[in-house]
Amino acid sequence: MSRALIALAILIVVGVVKLPLERNLAALHRQEHFLGVEFNLDLREKIGQLGFMAALSGFRAIVADALFIQAYAAWENTEWGRMLLLFRHVTTLQPRVMLFWDTAAWHMAWNASVAAMNDQNQPRLALRVKAQREYFALGKDFLERGIKNNPDRPDLYEALARLYKEKYKDHERASEYYAKASVLPEARTFDRRFSAYELSYCEGREREAYERLLSLYNEGEKERLPTLIKRLKFLEEKLAIPQEERIPDKLNKIVK
Amino acid sequence: MTSGENASTLPEMNASTYAKPYRPFSFSRIYAITINTVIELTRLKVFYVLLIFALVLIGSSIFMAQFSFQQEFQILKDVSLGAISIFTSLLAIVATARLLPQDMEDRILYTILAKPVPRFEYVLGKIAGVLLLLAISTLVMGAAFLLVLFFREQAVLHATARQMSGAPPDQVADALRVVRSSAFNLDIFPGMVIIYLKACLLAALTLFVSTFATSNIFTVVVMAFIYFIGHLQATAREYWLQEHGSGLIARIFFAVVTLIFPDLQAFNLVDDIVAGTAISLALFTKTAVLGVFYTTIYTLLAAFVFYGKEL
Repeated sequence: MSRALIALAILIVVGVVKLPLERNLAALHRQEHFLGVEFNLDLREKIGQLGFMAALSGFRAIVADALFIQAYAAWENTEWGRMLLLFRHVTTLQPRVMLFWDTAAWHMAWNASVAAMNDQNQPRLALRVKAQREYFALGKDFLERGIKNNPDRPDLYEALARLYKEKYKDHERASEYYAKASVLPEARTFDRRFSAYELSYCEGREREAYERLLSLYNEGEKERLPTLIKRLKFLEEKLAIPQEERIPDKLNKIVK
Repeated sequence: MTSGENASTLPEMNASTYAKPYRPFSFSRIYAITINTVIELTRLKVFYVLLIFALVLIGSSIFMAQFSFQQEFQILKDVSLGAISIFTSLLAIVATARLLPQDMEDRILYTILAKPVPRFEYVLGKIAGVLLLLAISTLVMGAAFLLVLFFREQAVLHATARQMSGAPPDQVADALRVVRSSAFNLDIFPGMVIIYLKACLLAALTLFVSTFATSNIFTVVVMAFIYFIGHLQATAREYWLQEHGSGLIARIFFAVVTLIFPDLQAFNLVDDIVAGTAISLALFTKTAVLGVFYTTIYTLLAAFVFYGKEL
């Protein structure tokens, strides 16, 4: 009995010794984006008692995958509301998985919005358009929250740029998000180009777009892609660039 | 009997004939106990766990055929690493919980301790046997997982190359790069090492609990509680150390949980590793040091309590 008590005392002393190490490690986890999920009552209400216990016991990823599969089934059955809730739980549990944010946003802004617009049960166009806009907003919300959780990765910036371009027809914001993606470490080569393309559609910002496209053009053959040349020629005309400053005609012919 | 007869009939005395001097600490004795523990556990067919793991792996791969390759790889990695974590933790608790009670029941413990084997060596040999078994299990499960991932990756790479046969080479290379990056990630290896260290910690803690436990079941039940509390330890620590307006009793409770239980949440890094978060050398080293620290402390405490145990 006395040995057990001594062991308990040692355990408490060891607990005091290990405390700084554990706190230091927890700070390092936060700094390096590990274990970013907060286990609170809100999460428990969302995923249920069993899911919460499993997530708490170190099986967060498996619970998220199970919910993702359920969301996939909900999509197959076009249960948009259920799918939205499930994707919210999935992204709460696994905020560092790009795929979940991206898929959730795509389902909302592309699939659910189209379904809302083609809803046979809603005869009023105004309400169908309203529902469609609401799904766009839900898609945007997923991407914005995804970016907030993963500011260091370009994928969701690109997805948000696509959403602004294709759904909101907002080229300025699309350009802005492609530009944000282009400065991140794992950015694709097309981000800078796409940002300049989108800017070339913005009224009043043609000069800036022209300079950026020209700068890309001057980087060499690899950047001289058909769309880039086409947009550059369009801006040369619009800005009335002097003939001697324009890109060679030979390339224009290639474009045609 | 003459002196001549004596010389011819009695065996010659050499160094090996004399009794070896007793050494208070012997690696060979620990090694013998370790190997015996592994053999004993193997006879209990604990490796059937690996068969279940293989079924989980194959089953999930077939089931995921309907998803895109990114989704498939994501789920495959999550399920496999989660299964490795579950099985190693279960194996660590269940295999260790029965070591001491079983040896006592079978009277093996008395036979061993009747020989000049210190109790510390016995405890060390037992825990080393479990850790070796866990290492073998983790290696086999890890190898099976990597093999399945490799074959799935190859299948997707071939399919992608075939679909993009007419595309420019840089686009094909880009597509293949995306497939490779979503399948394999070097950080999976340190992730698996951390899973193993968590299992080692649980094994050492189970051994410590079993030194004062009255039965096998009691140890397993206590360990199940410790497993859950250990995952809440980090939350309790934050509440204890930060002002959250909780009362005195609650603060004492949080302090007790923080000081007595290990922080098991610190070892759950694979979820984020699979998500693409890179694990730095500093983070890996600190987590590994914490794992080794806990394992050593609990083993020493187990030996300490075992020394005073009446057999």
